[in-house]
Amino acid sequence: MKKEIIISGFGGQGGLAIGKNLAEAGMDEGLNVTWAPSYGPEMRGGTANCSVVLSDKPVGSPVFARCTELIALNEPSLEKFEAGVLPGGTVFVNSDVVTDKVSRPDLKAYYIPCAQIAEEVGNPKVGNMVMLGAYVAATKVLKPETIEKMIETMFAGPKAKFIPLNIEAFRRGMACVQ
Amino acid sequence: MAKELWKGNEAIAEAAIRAGCDCFFGYPITPQSEVPEYMSVHLPEHGGVFVQSESEVAAINMVYGAAGAGMRAMTSSSSPGISLKQEGITYLAGAEVPAVIVNCMRGGPGLGTIQPAQGDYYQATRGGGNGDYRTVVLAPSNVQETVDFVQEAFDIADQYRNPVVILADGLIGQMMEPIEWKPIAKRDLPPKDWAACGRKGRDHHNVINSLFIDPEECNQLNNHLAEKYAEIAKNEVRWEEVECEDAELVITAYGTPARIALTALETLRADGIKAGLFRPITLWPFPEKALHELAAKEHVRAFLDVEMSSTGQMIDDVRLGVEGQKPISFLGQAGGVMPTVEEIIEAAKNALKEVK
Repeated sequence: MKKEIIISGFGGQGGLAIGKNLAEAGMDEGLNVTWAPSYGPEMRGGTANCSVVLSDKPVGSPVFARCTELIALNEPSLEKFEAGVLPGGTVFVNSDVVTDKVSRPDLKAYYIPCAQIAEEVGNPKVGNMVMLGAYVAATKVLKPETIEKMIETMFAGPKAKFIPLNIEAFRRGMACVQ
Repeated sequence: MAKELWKGNEAIAEAAIRAGCDCFFGYPITPQSEVPEYMSVHLPEHGGVFVQSESEVAAINMVYGAAGAGMRAMTSSSSPGISLKQEGITYLAGAEVPAVIVNCMRGGPGLGTIQPAQGDYYQATRGGGNGDYRTVVLAPSNVQETVDFVQEAFDIADQYRNPVVILADGLIGQMMEPIEWKPIAKRDLPPKDWAACGRKGRDHHNVINSLFIDPEECNQLNNHLAEKYAEIAKNEVRWEEVECEDAELVITAYGTPARIALTALETLRADGIKAGLFRPITLWPFPEKALHELAAKEHVRAFLDVEMSSTGQMIDDVRLGVEGQKPISFLGQAGGVMPTVEEIIEAAKNALKEVK
């Protein structure tokens, strides 16, 4: 099993955090993982992306030209990375922001209204957790319990009040693809 | 031991603290700024001293001063900043002062780009400053190795009274990977009875100096350094061989390109091509004897050197090791562009075609 995932969006949408959560949960399940961010003279509102590898074998290259899955949080990300998705791969589109559809017929596409669901659960900041839920449910590469346990560890101490909100967002994201 | 997910640069800083780094002097530069950032918060918590210097030149001279007084001192930077530190590094080498210097390489020449590159191989392995000197150069290719090497680097520096360079690149600094904080075997180190930190009852002052105006004296120092370097070359050389036992085509690469090559190996092997990887871990001392022996093997038909350098720099050492026994091809990308898995596969196939 080897997943090579690109997560891309505007700075502030939580794309890099989705990647970090996938890597962290993958590590917790004993997988070999890497997380590599694009870095550069980024500006607020500019695009940022990261490359994540989840693999049952040691990870060679942490960067790749072709991905198994793409998570596109904004329009430019879909435009830029769709061509690089491997045939038969999957694209997760943040459909509140991206109006375009996935154009390649050989790809599986999920349209997740992250912002709308985040709004419904009570906080626009958890849109990325909705997307994480969709990814986990669709690929089944990680156990939902691992993510939920990770969320509990992540928001320790005074931040504990954010746990139910994040778990709710994550579960709503999962429900989108089930 | 539980694995933890760490970003390369932050892991470098934490590893140094765990190795007993007393002082860190640095100046921010992408892609290594998380090293001083982490140090600024956490080194003082451990009783250490963090100074953001006014320049890279100041930082390396602060290292010279602190390490000359017997402290475990460190600096980190990226390519253009490391260029500025070269004067200080040759002084450290000349005065035989131990220190750890981290270079998260980026594209050059000049200010270049902030993306990963490997254009500082010559500078690190040949001595980027003036005079006959060498720094031990450790080249990690993942975050675990990076933290292991940083911790060990302080011991290597102290054992030989010599600067040690960790030659990483922007990707290793920026990426996150699971690591374990393994206990690193501590070396039996000589006392720092040479340190300029007060007379402490001695009948003389210790002097930290790299000026030896009398040519006889300076010659003596150089001869002594040459002996020391020979000793280091004998004891410290490291490399890794992956699937070289039956390899027809051997890729030579270090750091990030070595990782990319590992992925290429999977496809090459699946395509029935017997490919292997020879990865120098110490760039100085370079594992030339091991490479020479590998090149002598009958099953090895050709080499492919892969670097994040357009002209090729390590390839010189690969040539010295192979010594003409087998042909060597080259694949290089520079200026922040990394060679891809696909490019390595194609270059490997071409390298073999030429000898068949």
